[in-house]
Amino acid sequence: MLLGRTANGLYWMNRYIERVENMARLVDAGLRLALTRTASAGDEWGSVLASAGAQWAFNQSGRELNAANVCDFLLRDTANPSSVLSAIETARSNARMVRTALTRETWESINEAWMALKRMLAKPVDERDLPQVLDAIKRETALIRGAFQGTMLRNEIFDFSRIGTYVERADNTARILDVKYYVLLPSVSWVGSSLDNYQWESILRSVSAHRSYRWVYDAEYKPTNIADFLILNRRMPRSLAFCYDNISKSLTYLADTYGARHPCHDTVANTVQRLKKGAIKDVFEAGLHEFLTDFISDNNRLGDEVAAAYRFY
Amino acid sequence: MRLKITHRTEYSYDQPIAYALQRLRLAPLSGPTQNVVDWTLTIDGAREELRYLDHFGNDTRLVSMSGAPRNVTITASGEVETFDKAGVFGPGKGFAPLWLYLPPTPQTEPGKGVGKLAAEVPEGPALERLHILMKLIFDRIKWQAGTTAVTTTAEEAVGQGVGVCQDHAHVFIAAARKLGFPARYVSGYLLMEGAKDQVASHAWAEAHVDGLGWVGFDCTNDVCPDERYVRLACGRDYREAAPVSGIILGQANERLAVSLTVEQ
Amino acid sequence: MVAFDEMNPATTGLRRPYAAYNDWLNAQDPARLTEKMRDAERVFRKTGITFAVYGEAEAAERLIPFDIVPRIISGQEWRRLTQGIEQRVQALNAFLDDIYHRQEILRAGRIPKRLIAENEAFTPEMIGVRPPGGVYTHIIGTDIVRTGENEFFVLEDNARTPSGVSYMLENRETMMQLFPELFRQVKVLPVENYPALLRQSLAAVKPANLDGPPTIAVLTPGLYNSAYFEHAFLADQMGVELVEGQDLRVVDGHVAMRTTEGYKQIDVLYRRVDDAFLDPLTFRPDSALGVPGIMDVYRAGNITIANAPGTGISDDKAIYSYMPEIVEFYTGRKAILPNVPTWRCSEPDSLKYVLEHLSELVVKEVHGSGGYGMLVGPTATKKDIETFRKKLEARPSNYIAQPTLALSTCPILTEKGLAPRHVDLRPYVLVSDRVRIVPGGLTRVALKEGSLVVNSSQGGGTKDTWVLDD
Repeated sequence: MLLGRTANGLYWMNRYIERVENMARLVDAGLRLALTRTASAGDEWGSVLASAGAQWAFNQSGRELNAANVCDFLLRDTANPSSVLSAIETARSNARMVRTALTRETWESINEAWMALKRMLAKPVDERDLPQVLDAIKRETALIRGAFQGTMLRNEIFDFSRIGTYVERADNTARILDVKYYVLLPSVSWVGSSLDNYQWESILRSVSAHRSYRWVYDAEYKPTNIADFLILNRRMPRSLAFCYDNISKSLTYLADTYGARHPCHDTVANTVQRLKKGAIKDVFEAGLHEFLTDFISDNNRLGDEVAAAYRFY
Repeated sequence: MRLKITHRTEYSYDQPIAYALQRLRLAPLSGPTQNVVDWTLTIDGAREELRYLDHFGNDTRLVSMSGAPRNVTITASGEVETFDKAGVFGPGKGFAPLWLYLPPTPQTEPGKGVGKLAAEVPEGPALERLHILMKLIFDRIKWQAGTTAVTTTAEEAVGQGVGVCQDHAHVFIAAARKLGFPARYVSGYLLMEGAKDQVASHAWAEAHVDGLGWVGFDCTNDVCPDERYVRLACGRDYREAAPVSGIILGQANERLAVSLTVEQ
Repeated sequence: MVAFDEMNPATTGLRRPYAAYNDWLNAQDPARLTEKMRDAERVFRKTGITFAVYGEAEAAERLIPFDIVPRIISGQEWRRLTQGIEQRVQALNAFLDDIYHRQEILRAGRIPKRLIAENEAFTPEMIGVRPPGGVYTHIIGTDIVRTGENEFFVLEDNARTPSGVSYMLENRETMMQLFPELFRQVKVLPVENYPALLRQSLAAVKPANLDGPPTIAVLTPGLYNSAYFEHAFLADQMGVELVEGQDLRVVDGHVAMRTTEGYKQIDVLYRRVDDAFLDPLTFRPDSALGVPGIMDVYRAGNITIANAPGTGISDDKAIYSYMPEIVEFYTGRKAILPNVPTWRCSEPDSLKYVLEHLSELVVKEVHGSGGYGMLVGPTATKKDIETFRKKLEARPSNYIAQPTLALSTCPILTEKGLAPRHVDLRPYVLVSDRVRIVPGGLTRVALKEGSLVVNSSQGGGTKDTWVLDD
């Protein structure tokens, strides 16, 4: 038995923890790119903001588009609900709300991450300290994940948490791809300039996959392979297919536990089918951008359907 | 006297309501002034959740509405045999102490107006003083529908000089308490000559007189309740004795239509 | 004013209950103890045991300081205390039952009628309600102070929603983590089973019409309440749901919680929401923390609410001053535990005395709590006293006064070593089919030298409280 409000809290707690980590990764990738491409650094930071889904909010803030401002906005600005500082605050609030559903280890890892990040991000981060701070953020979320995976019972509490994590992650990966989809289109693939190489590496880096890519594909970056890796590869932990395998597993467990299926089960089954059957060639033929736009909106709808089915409100 | 009563309240909402509760005090109980021969309370479009006797001994029902319904109809109907006791209800039942009926409630808080009214009542035997008070209110506050609301206070009604039975009862209660009498609000029905169809239920007041117990005073008609009166519920003011009170969650607007017949 | 020190009284030297602890203490390296003190704070921060201080935006979550020197009570002392407490909580429940029914105590003229009639805590909606098991106040915090070897007084009864029990439990947990060897050397009675006892106690007063085991839940006002940590902690330890008003509604004549599978009935609600906010249909209509209609369900006998609404009538300070009469009226015996002598400022003679002795007395608001709105004469400035005099003269019946007691002291660890500080004690009492009292309680300690105010909102700390198994 689980309160609807608790299921809701677990779902969002995990979405926000995932978001904390994604923000750190996006800033990391942005920094790399800025090091290698000075000419159009502003554009690059613009697409980092777009990947973070924070472009509109940034424009509202009236800040000038440059590295220091974007980093600060994504890491520290409390007016930005997705900044690392806002996200860890929301994650912890949700964790406090669902405290009774968490193991002591999980709660303490979140509480400690909150304390550490608040301390680290209390003042603007000096450019020289950024790499260390980004590492620390990723380490804190890794600790939470470790405590969670290592101590939580695999029951509905685990399932709602996992759905939150993977809905957020799928959204993030799809967004990163969509912001940069044009550098992956076949029309540019044979340009093969070194600049595009940086772009491709940046995409992989923003999902921490620049090393694992080489284990799966040739050493050479190829746009179709990159897209394949991030969309269809079922072994790649940040790919859309991987995310949906996990969401599907959790929703199946919930259907079994409660003995009831809901519209969200059909939605997830459809998406899983699409990701399983499709070849990357078909995705490109139908239009990568269109595919991603549809995916993002289906993913949002799934979130709403889960909330309705399990009485989050 | 045997009175036949049908009291229908229809609620309609401009959109489906998320959740609503209504507390109904729409079932008369047998007592010294009446004997309930038969009574039914039917609810369409809502669920009866509970029934119980409240702290004043009123038969109370809690009904809930949620989801789809846009129309709810509550029908109270039945037959009550009434006795003329010249307004005397007698000693109270239950555990509510008399002192509970002495302090003002928000709607019966006396101000200058109620104070002046009470001061006009000369010293004398208790019953006489209360009759004088009833007459004063009957003279000063003309009955006029639509001039006051359910939230109007006794003091406001005195200021306006017009009101309905609820206001008359509140003013009487406020002034009687000021004079040192425990007083309470009674909601119910009244048989009116030549007016079988009515637009609202009735209300009056009771004051406690040593030796007699509770005695009713209907300042709207300047009489003590007789066999034309049927009691539904009592409390310290309208809020506690109201036939229907409720709470709605959500955005829906409520429209209310009441039809009431009282006949012999 | 010389206070009685519970460890080392000036006249007789080290007291027996502290002997074993003292031996251990003498063998410790002071530097290590200081280090342990810091460890304790880290443990508390990590666990998130914090409380919110209203009106302090900066420190929205603060720690209550914890002192690592335990407060030790012998088994014999404890047994005497518990007899007195048991008698008192039985009287409180009998009083509540009477007040909401025939009011025999008023008819008998043992307490003045106006004390009830003019009391805002009297809840008419409770008239005639006989709660499941006949229990009104299920969880009581009885505040006790000590002034000498055999002098214990009840300072206050908290019969509404007493808090702090999670500190009692976490203090013990922390002590056992910091000094495991100490617990092998000194036999201390356990407090850890409090949540289990609370659960048993609540289950035993389930609604009469319920077959089978009850579903229990803890109702919290939510995340931003100062005691939220405790609400979550107790729900967790009891293995029951922690619910908010927004989770609950009336379904099929019962209060039910919204779960992922639909609404599920609740039979016993341990509520930590104040009366006024409990039911917007009955009490404050603007409350978003409560459950509309819960009072209807309660009156119909379909739920147990712990503590019952309206219990505040039994624990304000004006009623407190009559507790000796109340205990005698309902138990037929003299109170085992005495009250602190109390002047009721509503009585002209008392008021005169109080106004003449303001600089010696403690004056409290009748309905106040948490150490707010009170005057501690001996430590107050002339200006404070004069300001307070005006308030007192304006509304005498709003105040009571008590002598400034020389509260006993216990040592705390300071940077300069052990130093005595004033303490009080709040044991937690569970009333149900029988009375259950966990051996111990929350010792609150005034951390400032000489201060008599132990409230956490006013700079007080806490200690682990040991009742010896002897």
